[in-house]
Amino acid sequence: MTINVRVWRQDGPEDRGRFENHVVTDANPHMSFLELLDVMNEQLIGEGKEPIEFDHDCREGICGSCGVVINGTAHGPKQRTASCQLHMRDYSDGDTIVVEPWRASALPVIKDLVVDRTAFDRIMGAGGYVSVATGGAPDANALPVPKEDVDAAFDYATCIGCGACVAACPNSSASLFTGAKIAHLSLLPQGEAERTRRVVAMVDQMAEEGFGDCSNHAECEAVCPKGISISAIARMRREYVKAMVVGDS
Amino acid sequence: MILDSKTPDGPLEDKWDIYKNSVKLVNPANKRKFTVLVVGSGLAGGSAAATLAELGYNVKCFCIQDSPRRAHSIAAQGGINAAKNYPNDGDTVWRLFYDTIKGGDYRSRESNVYRLAQVSNNIIDQAVAQGVPFAREYGGLLTNRSFGGAQVSRTFYARGQTGQQLLLGAYQAMSRQIDAGKIEMLTRQEMLDLVVVNGHAKGIITRNLVTGEIERHHGDAVLLCTGGYGNVYYLSTNAKNSNVTAAWRCHKRGAYFANPCYTQIHPTCIPVSGDYQSKLTLMSESLRNDGRVWVPTDNTDARSPETIPEDARDYYLERRYPSFGNLVPRDVASRAAKAVCDQGRGVGETHRAVYLDFADAIKRLGRDAISERYGNLFEMYERITGENPYKVPMRIYPAVHYTMGGLWVDYELQSTVPGLFVLGEANFSDHGANRLGASALMQGLADGYFVIPYTLGGYLAGIDAGSVSGEEEEFAAAASSAHAKTQELLNINGSRTVTEFHRELGKIVWDGIGMARNADGLKSAIGSIQNLKQEFWQDLRVPGTAETMNKNLEFAGRVADFFELGELMARDALDREESCGGHFREEYQTKEGEALRKDDEYGYVAAWEYKGDPADAVLHKEQIEFENVQPSTRSYK
Ligand SMILES: Cc1cc2nc3c(=O)[nH]c(=O)nc-3n(C[C@H](O)[C@H](O)[C@H](O)COP(=O)(O)OP(=O)(O)OC[C@H]3O[C@@H](n4cnc5c(N)ncnc54)[C@H](O)[C@@H]3O)c2cc1C
Ligand code: FES
Repeated sequence: MTINVRVWRQDGPEDRGRFENHVVTDANPHMSFLELLDVMNEQLIGEGKEPIEFDHDCREGICGSCGVVINGTAHGPKQRTASCQLHMRDYSDGDTIVVEPWRASALPVIKDLVVDRTAFDRIMGAGGYVSVATGGAPDANALPVPKEDVDAAFDYATCIGCGACVAACPNSSASLFTGAKIAHLSLLPQGEAERTRRVVAMVDQMAEEGFGDCSNHAECEAVCPKGISISAIARMRREYVKAMVVGDS
Repeated sequence: MILDSKTPDGPLEDKWDIYKNSVKLVNPANKRKFTVLVVGSGLAGGSAAATLAELGYNVKCFCIQDSPRRAHSIAAQGGINAAKNYPNDGDTVWRLFYDTIKGGDYRSRESNVYRLAQVSNNIIDQAVAQGVPFAREYGGLLTNRSFGGAQVSRTFYARGQTGQQLLLGAYQAMSRQIDAGKIEMLTRQEMLDLVVVNGHAKGIITRNLVTGEIERHHGDAVLLCTGGYGNVYYLSTNAKNSNVTAAWRCHKRGAYFANPCYTQIHPTCIPVSGDYQSKLTLMSESLRNDGRVWVPTDNTDARSPETIPEDARDYYLERRYPSFGNLVPRDVASRAAKAVCDQGRGVGETHRAVYLDFADAIKRLGRDAISERYGNLFEMYERITGENPYKVPMRIYPAVHYTMGGLWVDYELQSTVPGLFVLGEANFSDHGANRLGASALMQGLADGYFVIPYTLGGYLAGIDAGSVSGEEEEFAAAASSAHAKTQELLNINGSRTVTEFHRELGKIVWDGIGMARNADGLKSAIGSIQNLKQEFWQDLRVPGTAETMNKNLEFAGRVADFFELGELMARDALDREESCGGHFREEYQTKEGEALRKDDEYGYVAAWEYKGDPADAVLHKEQIEFENVQPSTRSYK
């Protein structure tokens, strides 16, 4: 099948960037979307041009490296699917696919489709952990945890940190990302001791990085490749209000 | 050089305690004077970096990805072993040790493996304390599943995302130390050389993958935690950035490379669908707990699988190995799949696939129970193939998955270059000729959380802190050679892309040094690799420049190293005139087609010293002594 690719090219953070049009004539329905980009890049090299840079690694939806806006939607049309898990069988011969990087001031473009997501790491550094040094942990079965709680915690813990939530949000908020970690740890007894400190520090850091506020559009949930529920954000807010009442001790 | 494993004296059960009781310690106030360079942020590097920083050392950690959380470890699915014996089914530290030694076909060191089994339980405790959401029973306690090569349930898991959850645990521990200023995290950096000063590893040279700048970093020791080299085969289940470059460049600086021919072909992966294919996807081994592997008895049977009656199916694993059935170790299951496909009984369009069928399990346990156990794997399968495994059996075929070989290390995880320690998949140490499922996560975390904090301390206590500044001539020389090599790749300006070369190399390695090997095939692989390598250096085209992000350039450097490694793999496989674990020499098999080991002649670790050309590599042997277990022919019948 033939696919027209309209793709963003930007030489560096300071460059204004532009779209380029390329035609891939030997696309195949079994191919993944990233393999389509591979074929396009091989073609570009053959024509003496530079390939389009994009981040990718696991190519199975778990590392969070890939992530582009496809025809206006972060990670493309399929629900709960990362860009690398998209397959060409969902497209038809002659289709045009428009490919752009995430666009958010807190996730600036490095080159072409590659963006800088280190703000996420700093939010995690502010409090997205349990302070337990190696050694001295009690026996793993010393503290039973209700299965329902672990299952719910797990659903939040599956976040892959790709940034689609930010890209889809009209306010460029990182609330789903931040809320998911807060919700994960707040559901487990292990996260209890630092509960108050954690939510305040992470929310403050999120604001400091220049992410916007959440105004309940729920676009983030719609594009999340792991299907993380916006209930994470409600939990984060509840935790934050509680922390304000208790005081940041 | 005599290879000294530095195994402590004393009974097997006490060796690690004896070691810990006598190793020199670094005074707490002195720890902050030492800087440790940790290359890699997967389970091995992440756990080591966090733990060393907690102890007070200054850590500089490097990774290729944009965040330490994205290391290849994130993709591990099935689980992690530990000898907790929570199910009360008879597990012990000894049994975990024994299964691992036996699974490795008696080609690993007893002392290392025993220590691994001993610390396995601490890993689970640590992970749970970090908030890792392992699967639990309704009563709130942890639950286990069984994995290949074992008859007890000792595998802890977090749905099909165990690696993700464990890595996030380590990453979160790192994040705390990064925030505290104890770890300086340098992302999007690729190590291109090791700097050795006065015989000790004192630094590394990296390329900043955003600016292209060649950087020098110095410290008091280097920990290499850079993962395995499965991508030498081009198609593998490894993440696309996985590479051998860091390990290979250390090899060139004096670190011996051990057992490169021990590679693991995983039996259950989604088959290749076309030549644009960029990587393969694993379907976790845990699926073999409930899935039954079969092919039609008759190779002309073209009916759709669900309509083929029982008596026209060959459940060949259950038939050949009645006591382990579908749960035989990986090497055995992979070869058996190859054998039925070679007989023309493979299924699907390419006839290089077998069925993995869940119909019976769904009947027995219900769809919900199966979906609870494997839901995300089934989803993954359906996304890639467009077929629903709840309705039709999966089609699977073996694919390259893991590399047991790696840099040689002693009991302290120190390589043949003093001050260079190697952790996780990058070393050769614990899995012999075949790794059992759920034991790589265990090993990476054992190395990083519980072994290196002791053994590194022992090394550092004997040297002066801060003895180099990065201004030494060795740093300048290594930096300029890294710069020149990068430029050389760009200057070839030929006509073929790095992907084309990599794909072609991968095919040579897969055909010649894959699931089955023989002397003729290995010799011809060596010739083909040499020819292709020559062509690579004459006809490669890498577009763009070195002064910017240029992923093609990164890949070109990695493929250049894969050529040299591939040749060494073939030479190692040629030297080893026996079959063991993942190394199956067709000339050496029993009448039933099982591996024929030759302990008297080949009961050694093959550690190769670099001498310029892979053809000149010098073989050093470390004899493996068995004092506690009696090597026997593995039988899973
Ligand atoms: C699909 C899949 C599923 C698996 N499932 C399981 C399982 O269920 N149970 C199990 O026990 N094992 C499993 N394994 C094996 C296991 O995941 C790996 O062996 C293990 O995670 C390796 O960890 P590591 O820390 O040694 O290396 P990696 O996780 O590969 O990390 C390597 C690190 O080194 C960095 N790096 C590499 N090269 C350089 C360089 N040149 N410069 C700078 N940095 C560099 C990378 O950026 C990365 O941070 C699985 C493997 C695969 C492929
Ligand atoms: S490449 Fe890893 S999630 Fe897409």
